[in-house]
Amino acid sequence: MVERQSPLEPEFHVGSHGNFEHGVEIILTETRPGSIVQLAAWPGEEKRLIAAIRTVTGLALPDGAGGGLSDGVKSVFGFAPGKFTVADEAEGLAAAFAKVVTPAIGTVTDLSHGRTAVRIAGPKAEWVLAKFFAIDFSLPAFPVGAGRSTTHHDVFAQIQRTSADQFDIYVFRSFARSFWKALCHASEEVGYEVQ
Amino acid sequence: MLITCPYCGPRDVIEFTYQGDGNRERPDPASQNFEAWNAYVYDRLNPAGDHNEIWQHSGGCRTHLRVVRNTLTHEISSVAFMRGDHGRGDHGSAARRKAEDKS
Repeated sequence: MVERQSPLEPEFHVGSHGNFEHGVEIILTETRPGSIVQLAAWPGEEKRLIAAIRTVTGLALPDGAGGGLSDGVKSVFGFAPGKFTVADEAEGLAAAFAKVVTPAIGTVTDLSHGRTAVRIAGPKAEWVLAKFFAIDFSLPAFPVGAGRSTTHHDVFAQIQRTSADQFDIYVFRSFARSFWKALCHASEEVGYEVQ
Repeated sequence: MLITCPYCGPRDVIEFTYQGDGNRERPDPASQNFEAWNAYVYDRLNPAGDHNEIWQHSGGCRTHLRVVRNTLTHEISSVAFMRGDHGRGDHGSAARRKAEDKS
């Protein structure tokens, strides 16, 4: 497969930025997963789709709206009733799901080239994200592994919490550079490092 | 104004799109009853109080919702999925049951 270029490249400046004299409190990275896939179950087929996710990724989705989990390589979370986002460091996830998710169960949409994944980590990650999204980022309301779909200035974003102070944000590739710039500006006052 | 989406939880109204009056009844597409079509297109209750409405959580889970909103106070007294069988028996079912218990 051809090498995928990052839309963030012209604005991706590795190093420390902003007000970091007192320490860096935010780490920004692009995770560049090889595969990003959206799965949707027909009404009543959710259980079979969840079983298919387990077959392909080995991840057993917890019950509940927005539930999800990540093993550091593969990630999955629900973002709407019967709909899930799955990401994998390796390519070929869509082809693997196409074999298991039959037309009777639901649909598989390969978004690997359509989304950009940005990771924000650090003690001030919740605080910076709270400037962007009007949702509750506290750990009890947004547990590790869970996903949320929301918007920032009409730019649709799917957010998964991958550890207590780390979030992966999936945004449209075409909006990713402007979102990245906004994220950098928002992180300036606490000091951030791009890795 | 906050709308508590049965899947996503409380969200700002900016994430939602109003999809119209929830009291309308669409006549059979083959119907020649012009009175019924006229009523479907133009007649509205316009109540000063609780109003059945259809909203879409367009900036979130994108589901369509049946909302009861008070037109005087903007108080939302009930929110439920338009399609009642969403998440039946598994993912999202807890949220659905909770929403249905409230409505």
